[in-house]
This record gives sequence, C-alpha cells and structure tokens, in this order.
Amino acid sequence: MIRLEDLNVSLLNFNLRDIHLTVAENEFFALIGPTGAGKTVMLEAIAGLVPVKSGRIFIGEREVTGLPPERRGIGIVYQDHALFPHQTVLQNITYGLHFHKAQKTEAQDRRKHLIDLLQLSHLLDRLPTHLSGGEKQRVALARAMMVGPEVLLLDEPLSALDPNFREEVRDALKELHKTSHTTFLMVTHDFSDALYLAGRAAVIYQGRIEQIGETMEVLRHPNSLFTADFVGMKNVFPATFEGDRATVDGLTITLAAPVGSSKKYISVRPEEVVISRESVSTNGSIPLKGEIRRVVDHGFYFSIAIKTGGVTFQSVMPKSMLLDRDPKDWKEAYVHLRPSNLHAF
Amino acid sequence: MEKREPFFWLTVSSSVIILAFIVLPLFDMVTDPSLSMLMETLKDRDVLHSIWLSMYASGTAALIAFVFGTPLAYLLARTHFRGKRLIESIIDLPIVIPHPVVGIAILSVAGRNHWIGEALSALGIRIMGSVTGIITVLTFVGLPFYINTVKDGFEAISPRLENVSRSLGASMAGTFFRITFPLAWQSMIIGLIMCTARAVSEFGAVVIVAYHPMIAPVMIYERFEAYGLKYSQPVAVWLVLVCLLLFLVLRVLTLRKAKES
Repeated sequence: MIRLEDLNVSLLNFNLRDIHLTVAENEFFALIGPTGAGKTVMLEAIAGLVPVKSGRIFIGEREVTGLPPERRGIGIVYQDHALFPHQTVLQNITYGLHFHKAQKTEAQDRRKHLIDLLQLSHLLDRLPTHLSGGEKQRVALARAMMVGPEVLLLDEPLSALDPNFREEVRDALKELHKTSHTTFLMVTHDFSDALYLAGRAAVIYQGRIEQIGETMEVLRHPNSLFTADFVGMKNVFPATFEGDRATVDGLTITLAAPVGSSKKYISVRPEEVVISRESVSTNGSIPLKGEIRRVVDHGFYFSIAIKTGGVTFQSVMPKSMLLDRDPKDWKEAYVHLRPSNLHAF
Repeated sequence: MEKREPFFWLTVSSSVIILAFIVLPLFDMVTDPSLSMLMETLKDRDVLHSIWLSMYASGTAALIAFVFGTPLAYLLARTHFRGKRLIESIIDLPIVIPHPVVGIAILSVAGRNHWIGEALSALGIRIMGSVTGIITVLTFVGLPFYINTVKDGFEAISPRLENVSRSLGASMAGTFFRITFPLAWQSMIIGLIMCTARAVSEFGAVVIVAYHPMIAPVMIYERFEAYGLKYSQPVAVWLVLVCLLLFLVLRVLTLRKAKES
C-alpha cells in the first residue's frame, strides 16, 4: 500500500504540489501524463531519491518520509533497465540479497520462481551488454522482485522497447503482479499500457493530479480539457445543458441521462463516433446527417472528419466496419452517437 | 580516385606541422647523447636518486590526490548546488597560476609567519627544502588533473544505477564500493596517470620550495646551467624513458583489464 498525504516536492525548476494519493495493497496503479508532468519526480519521491518539501509518504503502515531509499522496502525499474554492467545476469538478480536477510531456501525458491517466470535461465552467465532490450527489462524486473519489495516502482518500463519485446515484457509484468503481493506503481505516457495493466490510474499535469479513477473511466470520462486532450478525446465541444439534452453550435444531442447545468463541455471518443453511408438506428444511437470533410487512410482504419450542423466530429473507423467501402468517395454520410458514449464535464 | 578539396590538404599539412613540432625536438634530444654517455649517466648516483625522487614524490602526490580527490570528484559529479561553478574554478586554479607563484604561495602559508607554518613546525614537519615540500607542491599542481578526470568518469555512470542499488538495500557507501567504484576505476587510473605526469614535469614551483633534495627536472636544469646542453640531455632522456615505460605499463594493464570486464 502507498499513501501520499499532501506531498509537495520542490526541485530546481519543478514543483510537485498537493499530492494526495492512496494505492491499495497489491494494486496495479498507473501514473499517466505527458513528459515533464512530474510522474518520475513523484516516483523518486516515493523511493526517497529526491527531497520532500512537505507532506508524508506511507508504505504499508510505515511512514517512510524521512527514511533513506534502502529502508523503504521498494524496488525500482527504469525505462533504460539500469542493469549493473559489470555484473552477470545472475549477479544482478541476486544483488539485493547482500543486504536482505532471507532464509536460504526462501531466497532460492524466489530466485527459481522469478527465473522461471521471466524465462531467464539461459541468460544467467551473460553480461547485460549481450542481452536484448526485452531480456534486459526482464532481468531488471527479476532483480527488483528478488528482495520481495512491498512496492514496485516502474518508470516507463515499456517505452524503450521494440513492439515485440514490449508485449513480452507487458505480459511478464502482468504475470509478476498476479503471482506476488507487491503493490505496483507504474509511470507511463502510454494509455494502452495503462489499460492493459492497471486497474486504476491518475493523470498528472504540471505537478498536480488532474484526475484519479479506474483506467477505463479516466479514458472515457475525462474531467478536464487537459485530460480529455491527453487521453485522445478528439471530440470536445463547449455545450449548454438542459435535462438530458446538450446543445452544441445549434446541434441538439440527446444524452443517456439528465446532467447538471454546471457542465460546460460534451465529449465523445473518436472510436465511438460511428459513420455509415446509410442511416441506421441501433442501440439507441441517433443518426445525424453530415458532410464528409476529410478522410485519411491509416492502413487498417480511416480517420474521418464529418461536419453536421456547426459541429465537426472526428471519427476513427476500422476498415472492417465499413465492409471495405472507401469513404473517400462519399460526399455525405451519417454520424451515429450512442447516448451512453457521450460524456459531459 | 576522388579529388580532395584544398581544405582537406590544409588539415593534413597543419597536422603534419604540429606532429613534427612535438616529435622533432624530443626525438633529437633522445637520439643526441651516445649510448656510452647514457650508460655513464646511469652510474651517477645523484642522477638515479633524482629520478627516483621525482617518481616517488609524483606517485605520492597522485596517491594523495586519489585519497582526497576521489570524494570531491564524486560530490561534484553527483550534486548540484549554488557555488558549484566557483568550486570547480578553484580546483582549476593550479592549472592557470604561473608555476613559481605556486611555490611562493605554498611557502607563504608554510613559513614561520603563518599559523599553518607554525603548526607544521611544532609538529616537526618542514616544507622548505624537504621531500614533504616537494610532495606538497606536486600535489597542488597535479590535483586538478586527477579531480577533473575522475569527475568526468563519475558523470559517465548513470545515477540510476546507484538509485537501483539503494532501492535494493545498499547504503550510500555500499553503493559506492559495489557499483560506482568498479565502474569508475579506469577513470581513476587515467586520473592517476595524468596527475603523476603533471607532477613529474613540474619545475618552477619545486625550485622555489625545494632546490634540494633534487628532483630530476631540477637536476636537468642544474646540469644545463653548470655544464651545458650536452650534460643535461642524458638525464632528460632517462627521465623521459622511465616515465614512458611507467605510463605504458599502466595503460596496457588498464586496457587489458577493461577488455576482460
């Protein structure tokens, strides 16, 4: 378990402000945000690697705010693996045992478990320079987990990897989480990694937490313009609300349920804007006739801009959904918005 | 064949001039004395003692730089604080100060009129005209070469390696000796070589602090002054050869170890 209470960190040109965050035991939690948002600083503050200006940090039930990194019960895995280059894979993995009193059999069992789970048995005598990116990251994971940390801090563990290694390490992470009691806190700027691995996520921007919630919830229901933009919500429009109706530039859209008049924006993900040649009314969606403004072919999908009333919707349509018809030839089409996919904030 | 631009020939000719400028005088100096003269010089106990003293004092200066300079180099490589630039400039001062000035500066604090000089005197430590004085001067001039080289070496090691080591339970000291030191020792060897090389070549400051006992550069100067070029050359040749041999051995050992790891 991790608990941050009113945490403030002030570095040379960066401030982390008023952070309150609780991550439950054995939860997989993601910190998401753009480069320079403060994700890594928060991670390093938890690890005890940067000084805290004010606030408190708890790991489990222990307050660790003033403790040095070696007494916090954490493991850390960096994007660039940070393997000790002068040590073999086995020496890297067992490095932490020099400082942790563990029963010999317990340590051996854990070592075997991690080496098997992360498929490292054939690499043990190699030096890190002779490993692929995926192998290096698996070794870094084994090394961190070898000491049985209460909390594993992952700083963009997947972003430096090639796509094939990325999947391999992502699966390894999931498996590792499933088979341990450790709490995982991962920093990432990639939403698909967060969705795949983390049950909950927090979006960080300019040193503050913008939103916390279930990862899918954050993705679909952002609560600020920044978060909406960051999570790829390309259709965000200023709107006025009355009951279950929203008015955007003269276009009236029906919502799934009434919302308060204090809301200012309506949004819908581009993947949830369905475009068809004919008007089809299914699952409560209301077809709106529009004019095709732009179609870009991305190989497996099209991104389509369609204007209806004064509003231009962005849509992402897999080619299979269009039954291989080419929307570039279309002048007009129908926009289908399912009320439950519309989000007001 | 591809036709080269005049600029290419300009770079080549400049390089040839520079290399000739460095190599020719040295080559001439080394080849000038006859073998019999070189052997005769080698039998001179004063010459042998001065070369030994040069190597001993320079090596000791390098060791002092290693002991006290390594923590400072580490601190400068790993921390950022106000005034760091000033400290770095202070460390570079011995490089830019004229050599006799260094000698005078050291004497002014080691003399009887200064409390440090008084304290040293009370402890029975003499700077003026002593091996201790020579070592003090050589440490002074050699320190920046050691500290700057080792600082660069520490900076080349990712602090993340140390962060990971700390997270795995190692203390700051444990991390330094298990991770940082094994990765930085090559730069320390290079720093030691640079520091020793600088110390061996020092003349101007030493001659102020301790004309006697004579280190090799002072002896070369004395022989030149008293007997002329011909008598100073063999001593210079032996000093150069001993230095080259020593540095070559260290370099080969370092490279071999580096390849093994």
